[in-house]
Amino acid sequence: MPGTLTDIINYVIQTALGVVGLDYARVPEMLRIGAAMLIACGAMLGYVAVVALFFGWAERRVAGRIQARQGPNIVGPFGLLQLIADAIKILVKEDIIPQTAHRFLFRLAPILVFMGAFAPFVVLPFSETLVVSNLSLGVYYALSFAALEVVGVIMAGWASNNKWSLYGGMRLAAQMMSYEIPMGLAVLTVAVLSGHLNLRTIVLDQQGYWIFSWNVFRGFPWAFLAMFVFYLAGLAGSKRTPFDLPEAESEIVAGYHTEYSGMRFVIFYLSEYATMYVVSALTAVLFLGGWHGPIPHVLAWDGQVHWEAGPVLSALIGMVNMIGKSFFLMFVMLWFRWTYPRVRVDQIVYLCMKVLVPLGIICLMGASAWALVW
Amino acid sequence: MVQSLKTDEILVNMGPQHPSTHGVLRCLLKTDGEWVREVWPYIGYLHRCKEKIAEKVSYIQFMPYTDRLDYLASANNNLGWAMAVERLTSIEVPERAVWLRVLAAELNRIASHLLSYGTFGMEAGAFTPFFYGFRERETIVSIFDQLCGARLTYHYARIGGVMRDLSPETAKAIRRFLDEMDRRWVEYNTLLSDNEIFVRRTANVGVIPADLAIAYGLTGPVLRGSGVAHDIRKAAPYACYPKLDFKVCVGEGLKGTVGDCWDRYWVRMLEIRESVKICRQILDGLPEGPYQAKVPRILKVLANEAYVRTEAPRGELGFYIISDGTDKPWRCRIRAPSFCNLSILNRIARNCLVADVIMILGSIDVVMGEVDR
Repeated sequence: MPGTLTDIINYVIQTALGVVGLDYARVPEMLRIGAAMLIACGAMLGYVAVVALFFGWAERRVAGRIQARQGPNIVGPFGLLQLIADAIKILVKEDIIPQTAHRFLFRLAPILVFMGAFAPFVVLPFSETLVVSNLSLGVYYALSFAALEVVGVIMAGWASNNKWSLYGGMRLAAQMMSYEIPMGLAVLTVAVLSGHLNLRTIVLDQQGYWIFSWNVFRGFPWAFLAMFVFYLAGLAGSKRTPFDLPEAESEIVAGYHTEYSGMRFVIFYLSEYATMYVVSALTAVLFLGGWHGPIPHVLAWDGQVHWEAGPVLSALIGMVNMIGKSFFLMFVMLWFRWTYPRVRVDQIVYLCMKVLVPLGIICLMGASAWALVW
Repeated sequence: MVQSLKTDEILVNMGPQHPSTHGVLRCLLKTDGEWVREVWPYIGYLHRCKEKIAEKVSYIQFMPYTDRLDYLASANNNLGWAMAVERLTSIEVPERAVWLRVLAAELNRIASHLLSYGTFGMEAGAFTPFFYGFRERETIVSIFDQLCGARLTYHYARIGGVMRDLSPETAKAIRRFLDEMDRRWVEYNTLLSDNEIFVRRTANVGVIPADLAIAYGLTGPVLRGSGVAHDIRKAAPYACYPKLDFKVCVGEGLKGTVGDCWDRYWVRMLEIRESVKICRQILDGLPEGPYQAKVPRILKVLANEAYVRTEAPRGELGFYIISDGTDKPWRCRIRAPSFCNLSILNRIARNCLVADVIMILGSIDVVMGEVDR
């Protein structure tokens, strides 16, 4: 049985070429791996675009519902094609770079931001088999790349040569200093509980009795607390309300992307949704049992009913579970955004440093003690 | 030896094109990182020579211009101007017209405070209050549409009366709205007033002590937020206010210090409820009779002067008219509450964060049409 997504892709290519009568095994191994990785990454890129587009639409619909109005509902069924229309509009927009901006960094910034938002997708497991790259340091990789996004944002703020942009960039710098630490502590709590940094293994560990084997309940109360720490820190990381200080419209106009327009602005926009998805998916993977459903899809009752899903079906079910959990957590983010005001810059530092960090340390110490005892 | 990093204060221009400077106010901020050391408001971007225009048009013709002073509270401005001219000419206004004017003014006060609620929430970073506030304001605007045919610049009060009588259908619509407002008011507080983040953003921020507020000549909710129970409707009653039962709401420092942003905001919220009460009483006790006195086409007044002050949603609105006996005022001076209230910005927005400046500005709730006139 194939192990990961790249193996599946290789298998598919091999079979396809075999039908035509070519032997795929004769191709050098490096090439085969490279091709499979490229295809897998392409698929993930497509997935990111779909998620971002879908949530661009969902955000407006949810906002509409919360604000007692309709939201986009004219273009296509339920307004689903609204985003396509917007994408076309944005594509034909003039790309403006301010005369006084640092042209090179101004162009580089959105790329870095998108890279930081997209890179963690390759280690997110969708099911036991559907992982692009089964890195043994998956969590570490995802968190490091998420930090890259901050560099891009600060770069954008600086390169724009606009005081408001600079404020946005510096705000995120202050924000990152605060949220990265509790985020790391929360992740460590899970790492201590499960003994792995590989996302796939962490999820595999959570298989068992319905929802009670999920980390959030298995490691109760430490992992339970850690989940909130992680989610809040992640919320700050994805620059969403109530932590949307770097782009606070009412204060610093549009923050770091004040001077961005057209496609470059959209890249920031897409990255925000991509980061939201990464945070949600990581929360699901680390705490909420990843691809395991609330009802295990391997059923064994009284030894009478025994049914095991095949590899394809279990991959599908896992995908549905995983995406469902991630989307639900993203929906919670939208819900926050359209309900809460924004915190102040000193308050977010206070919250992260004086509330979340001690909480994270407590979680980590508690989890370590548990790990020692059992 | 490591040289210490050199930091500098920078000047940032906030406005006239800025999402939360209420139109075209321009503030110059002297900032040290996120800290704002000083704020200088620069005004005049919406100056339309209102006072000079008043010298060039007749008393009757100036009424529509008053709509555009504080364009969120046209009915209140109309009321002030009408009363000032009537005092000069000693025109007797029918009782019913007086009550109808006050009804319009109080409905407009609700609308104005609702908008303030929405924008204040928006400035705090919450979008939804804005839509909620606008939803109910829309109902009021539609009621005005029925009442006088306009949705923003009402021109409802006329010299010697009002332009149109209140129809039974409109009265019913107002009653329906007032009942709905009672329910919505609770919803607003759940959404914003009691929200922990919102309270932390506004409580103990931009505190104006009572003596400072009086010294700066602040009026309206900004003054009452500091705990001073001064309301022209009670202090110098006019129109039919002596016959109505309502409270003067003051800030009590429920969430922080007396006179902070939250108190000013809360005074507005309480005033919405008081205005709802007033509107109910007016609908119940509306006297019968004509709604317009006989007024000559060309209004000639004796050489005289008059100062009339009324309580507009943003504070004391005064019209000072000097007449030289012709059909036009010789000089008209408008005491705009927003203008006086804005003067305190430089004093209280010192050594606070950029986000606080926005909240202070929002809690003062200026309308630039009135500041610049």
